[in-house]
Amino acid sequence: MALNAVKRDIPSYIEGYGKTEEKLFAGAFARKPEGFSAGKRLRSRTPNDSTKFLGSIKEAIAASGIKSGMTISFHHHLRNGDFIVNQVLDECARAGIRDLTIFPTALFGVHKAVIPHIQNGVVRRIMGSVNGPIGQLVSEGGVEIPVVLRSHGGRPRAVIAGDVRIDVAFIAAPTADIGGNISGRAGKSACGALGYAFTDAEYANCVVALTDNLQHYPIAPISIPGIYVDFVVQVGSIGDPSGIVSGTTRVTRDPLRLLIARHASKLIEASPYFQDGLSFQTGAGGIPLAVTAFMKEAMKRRRVRGGFGLGGITGYFVDLLKEGLLKKLMDVQSFDQEAIESISSDPRHIEISADWYANPWNSGAAVNQLDVVILGATEVDMDFNANVNTEADGALLHGIGGHQDTAAGAKLTIIAQPLLRGRIPCVVDRVHTVTTPGEVIDAIVTEFGVTINPRRQNLIDACKETKGKDSVPLVPIDELAMRAKRMSGLMAPIRQADRVVGVVEWRDGTVIDVVRQIFPENISS
Amino acid sequence: MRRTMLYLPGNNPNMLLRGHLFGADGLILDLEDAVARSEKDSARVLVREVLKHREFDGCEVTVRINGLDTEFWRDDLAAVVPYGIHGVRVPKVETPQALANIDDALSAIESAASVPVGATKVFCLLETALGVWNAYDIALASPRVTAIIPGGEDLAADLRTSRSKEGVELEWARRMMIVAARAAGVDALDTAFPRVTDEDGLRRETEFTKQLGFDGKSVIHPNQIPIIHEIYDPTEAEIESAKKIVAAARDAAARGLGAVSVDGRMVDLPVVRRAEFTLERSGAMTERGRA
Repeated sequence: MALNAVKRDIPSYIEGYGKTEEKLFAGAFARKPEGFSAGKRLRSRTPNDSTKFLGSIKEAIAASGIKSGMTISFHHHLRNGDFIVNQVLDECARAGIRDLTIFPTALFGVHKAVIPHIQNGVVRRIMGSVNGPIGQLVSEGGVEIPVVLRSHGGRPRAVIAGDVRIDVAFIAAPTADIGGNISGRAGKSACGALGYAFTDAEYANCVVALTDNLQHYPIAPISIPGIYVDFVVQVGSIGDPSGIVSGTTRVTRDPLRLLIARHASKLIEASPYFQDGLSFQTGAGGIPLAVTAFMKEAMKRRRVRGGFGLGGITGYFVDLLKEGLLKKLMDVQSFDQEAIESISSDPRHIEISADWYANPWNSGAAVNQLDVVILGATEVDMDFNANVNTEADGALLHGIGGHQDTAAGAKLTIIAQPLLRGRIPCVVDRVHTVTTPGEVIDAIVTEFGVTINPRRQNLIDACKETKGKDSVPLVPIDELAMRAKRMSGLMAPIRQADRVVGVVEWRDGTVIDVVRQIFPENISS
Repeated sequence: MRRTMLYLPGNNPNMLLRGHLFGADGLILDLEDAVARSEKDSARVLVREVLKHREFDGCEVTVRINGLDTEFWRDDLAAVVPYGIHGVRVPKVETPQALANIDDALSAIESAASVPVGATKVFCLLETALGVWNAYDIALASPRVTAIIPGGEDLAADLRTSRSKEGVELEWARRMMIVAARAAGVDALDTAFPRVTDEDGLRRETEFTKQLGFDGKSVIHPNQIPIIHEIYDPTEAEIESAKKIVAAARDAAARGLGAVSVDGRMVDLPVVRRAEFTLERSGAMTERGRA
């Protein structure tokens, strides 16, 4: 056991993960890469080679050479509408393949069909976010090898650095041609950007594109060129459109969330970053969407023209682009129909890969240019550490997403969250799991006001200068924690076993925390 | 200042503990219509516990008790008055006699709880034709009465009509309320606007009732608060003009002059009073930093 830089006890050896001594989290920007990026199998295709196109997943599994014990990857752009993960695993099971490591960019509720494959030994290890029923299974110790959680930037870093070798990448492709060129912009299963699939396409030893919209060569525009793609498979349907895109999300009418959003918006307005060229990321949750709406109001009022919007893109950001309040959108994942239409038609709406978006080990990811990000968390603590992975009962139910990357990159990182969820406090003395260290979190915004990290005296000063209607109500962190305690009472400590069921990596590949097995009676959900 | 008084359901701990965050001038912890009959006891306990916290960020805190025709109102008063609330909101007041009953009950509880007798004010909801007719006498029936408020749904029903979008059926009662309140020297507060998503409707109604002379309005959803404040808050130009008028009036008084001239216009006493009122409102507004 050894303490890392956020004072977490990390076992020196984790069964199924390995030694941690050289990989203890040492600070947000402490670990620097050495050497060269990983390579991949060389391949060639000769003219008149017609073996690239296949008619079924079964044929693709045979052609790709998957064997027991290999690592296969998936992207999550089809979200809860995805048919591919389940179909591929079903076919692997039929082919007698076992002990697979699955390496998805994220899993959703629809992937609970993976559970039987875990139980019958087809899947032995998950590297990627787990949530819902799979998260519950992992938390209770139902998966033999610990899951490894990586951020959207940490995952491509791990691939490029050679921490993870992908044997076969299965890429759901809303549109593809017989040469293997891929796009997410068109087709009945259109999803817009394909940001999370790029690194897998570039680094996997075998790349299989699965499409339900096969076009003549070449399609245009192309997201992932066919030079990376070994096989193209035509299937009946890659996904359910109703699970892929949401309808237009409306700004919440919940007064509490609106209040939090208004506080956050005032903080941004008071900050030195609220000026022409302002770049920001707000995501798709209720509070962030409302912050976007309030910021739009403030930008119009103060005649501020923003720079770019980043991350998962919604119709709200598209509106900001159309109205000239933002100049560009950098889109790793398109959340709704408006975003898909915009990325398909507006050259100012740029598709970026997860590597480009958030990887700490390249020559400068987009997050490094970010001024402001609004994030959530299940809990934050007195050191401003944030937990986005585990719930109040200790269950591992959420992935990291871009949380670590945007927090590290942005000049102003805001966690906007009600003080309590139900009777559960969101501000505590010590978070159960550290996902993102307090050194990169600048402010916590609750319905009670704005709590600024004491490291950011310039922000505190800026808020103190605000007056009247624009005044930012400041609440010190100890007062906030005390309020939470008074309202909720003390929480009973979570009973957990020693066994590690999850490893949370910081975006640079160091271990920031581990998640331990909990007992079923803890689980309330 | 009573521009907005926000109803908080007495059985909703989430809202009771956070209601003061929304910037209303006052809060009404509701034990009456928001609470089902089977939950009256638990809501009363909950409201009492919230009052013990005393965290209301300077809001005027009142409790709407159950009607005098119910078995609950005495228990309601006994539970909340000892914690030093600003007032109680009493539903369906129809006669001055009702005030005498309330007055007695409040005095007994106040003296037993070492609360200064008379400290708890009464906000009278006049929700029947009889109550509206007796508005002036009710307003004068006890020195505790601090405001009268016309009913909405109940009054419309008692008038054998229903509430319309334009509110014509309540118009006379509203005008009556202003006259009675001013004659008796209490506040006139308007009933809540029921359609919480109709912001334009709220704006129209508030502009109308403010013009009639109402001091403020009850609120049933926090999102209504900034809209009403925007209408009630004086504009920068109004504040500037009021400052000039008050300064000129003070200057004239100091020099022993009767009439005052501001920007070439004669200003008399009512105008000065209105200017003072505007400044009072704007002063309170900046002091609490309200949106």
